[in-house]
Amino acid sequence: MHITLHVWRQAGPDADGTMEKYEIDDVSPDMSFLEMLDVLNDDLTLKGEEPIVFEHDCREGICGSCGFMINGVAHGGKHHTTACQLHMRSFEDGATIYIEPWRSAAFPVLKDLMVDRNAFDRIIESGGYVSVNTGSAPDANEIPVPKANAERAFEAATCIGCGACVAQCPNGAAHLFTSAKVSHLNLLPQGQPERFQRTEKMVAQMEEESFGSCTNHRECEAVCPKGIDIDFIARMNRDYLRAQTMGRKTQNYR
Amino acid sequence: MTLDSKAPTGPIEKRWDQHRFDIKLVNPANKRKFRILVVGTGLAGASAAATLAELGYNVEAFTFHDSARRAHSIAAQGGINAAKNYQNDGDSIWRLFYDTVKGGDYRSRESNVYRLAQVSVEIIDQAAAQGVPFAREYGGLLDNRSFGGAQVSRTFYARGQTGQQLLLGAYQALSRQVQAGKVKLHRRKEMMDVVVADGQARGIVVRDLTTGKITSHAGDAVVLATGGYGTVFFLSTNAKNCNVTAAWRAHKRGAYFANPCFTQIHPTCIPVSGDYQSKLTLMSESLRNDGRIWVPSNADESRRPNDIPEDERDYYLERRYPSFGNLVPRDVASRAAKKVCDQGRGVGPTGLGVYLDFADAIRRVGRPAIEAKYGNLFEMYEKITGEDPYEVPMRIYPAIHYTMGGLWVDYNLMTSIPGLYALGEANFSDHGANRLGASALMQGLADGYFVLPYTIGDYLAPRMGETVDTSHPAFAETERAVAERLDRLLSIDGSRTVDDFHRALGKLVWDYCGMERTEEGLNEALQKIPALREEFWSDLKIVGTADSLNQSLEKAARVADFFELAELMCKDALDRDESCGAHFRVKHQHEDGEAKRNDEDYSYVSAWEATDNGDWTLHKEELDFEYVKQTQRSYK
Amino acid sequence: MGSIVKFFRSTVFLKAVMAITGFLLFGFIVGHLTGNLKLYQGPEAINSYAEGLRELGKPFLAPGQFLWIARFGLLAAVGLHIWSAWRLTLINHRARPQRYVAGVDWQKSTYASRTMRWSGVIIATYVIYHLLHFTTGHAHGDFVYGDVYHNVVSAFQQPLVSAIYIVANLLLAVHLYHGLWSMFQSIGWTGPRFDPFRQRFAIAFAVIIALGNLSFPLAVLSGIVR
Ligand SMILES: Cc1cc2nc3c(=O)[nH]c(=O)nc-3n(C[C@H](O)[C@H](O)[C@H](O)COP(=O)(O)OP(=O)(O)OC[C@H]3O[C@@H](n4cnc5c(N)ncnc54)[C@H](O)[C@@H]3O)c2cc1C
Ligand code: HEM
Ligand code: HEM
Ligand code: SF4
Ligand code: F3S
Ligand code: FES
Repeated sequence: MHITLHVWRQAGPDADGTMEKYEIDDVSPDMSFLEMLDVLNDDLTLKGEEPIVFEHDCREGICGSCGFMINGVAHGGKHHTTACQLHMRSFEDGATIYIEPWRSAAFPVLKDLMVDRNAFDRIIESGGYVSVNTGSAPDANEIPVPKANAERAFEAATCIGCGACVAQCPNGAAHLFTSAKVSHLNLLPQGQPERFQRTEKMVAQMEEESFGSCTNHRECEAVCPKGIDIDFIARMNRDYLRAQTMGRKTQNYR
Repeated sequence: MTLDSKAPTGPIEKRWDQHRFDIKLVNPANKRKFRILVVGTGLAGASAAATLAELGYNVEAFTFHDSARRAHSIAAQGGINAAKNYQNDGDSIWRLFYDTVKGGDYRSRESNVYRLAQVSVEIIDQAAAQGVPFAREYGGLLDNRSFGGAQVSRTFYARGQTGQQLLLGAYQALSRQVQAGKVKLHRRKEMMDVVVADGQARGIVVRDLTTGKITSHAGDAVVLATGGYGTVFFLSTNAKNCNVTAAWRAHKRGAYFANPCFTQIHPTCIPVSGDYQSKLTLMSESLRNDGRIWVPSNADESRRPNDIPEDERDYYLERRYPSFGNLVPRDVASRAAKKVCDQGRGVGPTGLGVYLDFADAIRRVGRPAIEAKYGNLFEMYEKITGEDPYEVPMRIYPAIHYTMGGLWVDYNLMTSIPGLYALGEANFSDHGANRLGASALMQGLADGYFVLPYTIGDYLAPRMGETVDTSHPAFAETERAVAERLDRLLSIDGSRTVDDFHRALGKLVWDYCGMERTEEGLNEALQKIPALREEFWSDLKIVGTADSLNQSLEKAARVADFFELAELMCKDALDRDESCGAHFRVKHQHEDGEAKRNDEDYSYVSAWEATDNGDWTLHKEELDFEYVKQTQRSYK
Repeated sequence: MGSIVKFFRSTVFLKAVMAITGFLLFGFIVGHLTGNLKLYQGPEAINSYAEGLRELGKPFLAPGQFLWIARFGLLAAVGLHIWSAWRLTLINHRARPQRYVAGVDWQKSTYASRTMRWSGVIIATYVIYHLLHFTTGHAHGDFVYGDVYHNVVSAFQQPLVSAIYIVANLLLAVHLYHGLWSMFQSIGWTGPRFDPFRQRFAIAFAVIIALGNLSFPLAVLSGIVR
């Protein structure tokens, strides 16, 4: 296959970037998208040009490192697929592909296609946990969890923190990511004591990170490689509004 | 230096309690006077950092990832073992201990393994309390499955994403301590070396991967939880950025490296499709419960699999191991696949693959039942290969999956450098010569949550009030050495890329020190690897600078260490003139192809000390088996 | 204290405001449409209905008083609705300072969802025109105070005026098509079984309101009502 790539190149956080064009021959349809970039990078290196920087690690869709816009869709737009799981057979011979980094005020570009997603970590740090010290836990079967809750919580917890939701959202909102963690913990009995404070704090942190607002475009759930759905956003909205308007701070108090 | 495992004696059930009572404690008010550096924030590192911080220590944690949530632990699929006996099927701490020692083919330390089985129970409690969404039954209690041929159901799981959920639990606990100000997390900082001052680990030198800046950090103790080295093979199921650098640098500074040749192979991975291949993907072993493995009977088969008639297929596992069939252990299944491929009967474009066929199962139980059981695995397979496994047989091939070897540690998890600890896959671990499925997560979390936080006190307590800062000349010296090494890599300006070298190295190690090892092969590798290393240091090409984000330079520094490790692996494999667990010397096998141990001569841990001239000295830690009798496994 | 301020600035709060005010406005539209349907019953029905509105609240309120209360309510709702739309728009623009060179290949968002601001602004402009037209008569060439029937029919006989109404009301339908399910999401009314319901609810009312409102100019233009 022959592929024409237009890739965003930016030398550093403060540098200006542009789209650069690359022609690649001999692309095998069985190559993964990232392997195609590996091959291009080896060529660039041998030509004395700096290889394209992109983030990746597991290459099997679970670590959340990879991700960029491919022809205007986060991760390339294949159902429940991260960029690293995308294969060249999804493209036609002779295709032209545009690759750009996630664009969000909260995700500054570090170099080329690599962005800084620490804002996500700060959202988790603000309250995305159950406050339990090591060693103080009761027997795991002491607190039964209804199977339906456990499964729904699991679905929320499968978020890989890739940032595609933010990148694709017309508003640059991080509601899907934040609500996934809020819902994961708020759905479980272990998460109840801190339920309302958690929601309050995590939403506040999310707002502080210059993400946008959610106007229910549903783009995020369409590109989320883990199929996290916007039902979780509604849950988060509800818990947040309850926490604020009804003075609900803990589940059992008041 | 003599190897003192510090393993307690006395009745095995009491050893851990007794040890905790015997070792020195740091008074709660004094804990905040110590600073502990934790390198690596995977399962082992994140759990350790969080727990140490909860106890009151000041912790600085380092990861080369952009977030603790990205560590390779995230990829573990199957589950985590614990001796809970919730299923009432006769499991116990004793049985888990026994299975682990036996599964490790009697090359692990009994005291450690018993402790591992003991704390396994607490891990599940801790994880459940953190909100890890384990699979549950309708009554709301935890579900278990049997994994990797275990006779009891002791594996806890969260669909196929157990590692992810456990890591997120540890990551969240860590995040809580970051918020509390007890942990300072350094992201995108790669540890380049350990600083040893006056015979003790006193700090580390790191490189900021975004700016290239090299800095020193001092601490009262240094903990390495930097994962395994499976990527020495280039192609493996490990994440691309896994590497041995932290452990290797520690090794070069005096920490012994134990059992490097113990590397585990997983039989069911998606085969290589071309020479651009960058990594291999694991398909859950559970597929072997229903799939039948076969290759064509004839070497020059060119028909498509579905056109090959039944009597021209060789279901070689069922043929050779009638009672276990397709469910023989990982290493047996892997070697059998290699054998048929060596005979030229391998399938797929590269000839390195065997069929895993579900046609019979679909006929027997129907497609919906298979879909319910393996739907997402089939989907993943189709994503990668573009083939529909409901219609054509899957192709699988073994791949490197886990490394049992690692830094040698004593019962307290301290390496042979005082004040330097190693946890998780980075240490030579409790798995002996072979790890059981679902036991790596258990070990990483046991080390991080429940072992190190206690044992580290023994080292720290007498060191109250010692000054620890980066003013010791060892820091400046180490920084300089790190910078010089990077400059040297950059200045070669040759004609081959890092990946090119890494791939070539990986192939050498796979061919000579992979599934099967021979004396001739290993000797050959010991010629070829140093030769390739020479070439690496004279013909490498990296573009870019050291003082900016430079992924090629990062890789090059890691590959440079892999070259040295590869040599040691071969040396270790050569020294161990027996077969045991995952280490298979062709000469030593039973008629059925089982590994033939030599307990008389090789019941020891090989702990290698790096010498100044680039060579190694072997130290042996003899292993006694007081509780589990050494017997031969058999799967006939 | 700080947390109250945070709350009022939070996008979740602003969206809740949009939802509640949007819902009130929607309620008005439904009521307004039902009232306007009296047009089909002839001049007396509609004129006395309009008169009746002014009498509402008797004997506790003086004539017209109820109407003014309602008008204030509406005005406040519109004000808050626009204010939060404005704030959210600013926040969203700041969140994506750099656009994608290759554009975005939209997956699930709709034309309606992406044009809420524009459909909203156009509706607001239309309402101003509409008030000058039918309520005060300033934009009406042949305005007869109290004769609603005459005012409407004579206006819609002009194709240009009808065209303005048709376009504006189509946009209103588009706005409601997204807004009417979105408001449930914004205040957290959700559930796997509820999702299809709220989608159908939105489509149904967008269509009903569009059909109802468009019927007036069309009926006059086609001569059914004269
Ligand atoms: C595909 C796959 C499936 C698996 N499934 C299972 C399973 O079902 N059950 C099971 O028990 N085990 C499983 N394993 C094994 C298990 O996942 C690993 O052994 C375990 O997660 C290792 O954890 P760790 O904390 O030791 O290391 P890792 O998770 O690898 O973490 C290493 C950490 O160290 C950091 N690091 C490394 N070097 C440096 C450096 N130089 N400077 C700074 N930071 C550094 C990294 O950033 C990372 O944070 C599986 C493994 C694979 C590959
Ligand atoms: C200047 C005028 C207006 C503007 C700028 C405007 C803008 C918006 C915007 C931006 C939204 C948010 C969409 C979303 O979050 O999903 C919205 C929602 C909504 N609007 Fe308007 N609008 C205007 C007028 C109106 C009018 C006149 C009505 C009623 C007829 C109305 C009804 C609604 C409803 C019901 C919603 C849904 C609320 C929600 O999503 O929570 N709007 N509007
Ligand atoms: C084709 C459709 C419509 C027709 C025929 C129509 C007709 C009228 C008439 C005749 C009046 C004057 C009533 C009186 O003074 O007693 C009126 C008032 C009004 N209409 Fe409409 N209208 C239509 C659509 C709309 C829409 C879509 C909106 C809002 C988005 C709207 C908002 C208003 C308002 C706010 C008033 C003033 C009410 C008051 O306070 O007195 N109308 N309309
Ligand atoms: S919600 Fe989905 S898209 Fe967003 S970060 Fe999580 S996994 Fe990625
Ligand atoms: S795309 Fe954006 S607007 Fe909301 S529903 Fe998703 S966050
Ligand atoms: S590289 Fe891990 S998700 Fe793509």
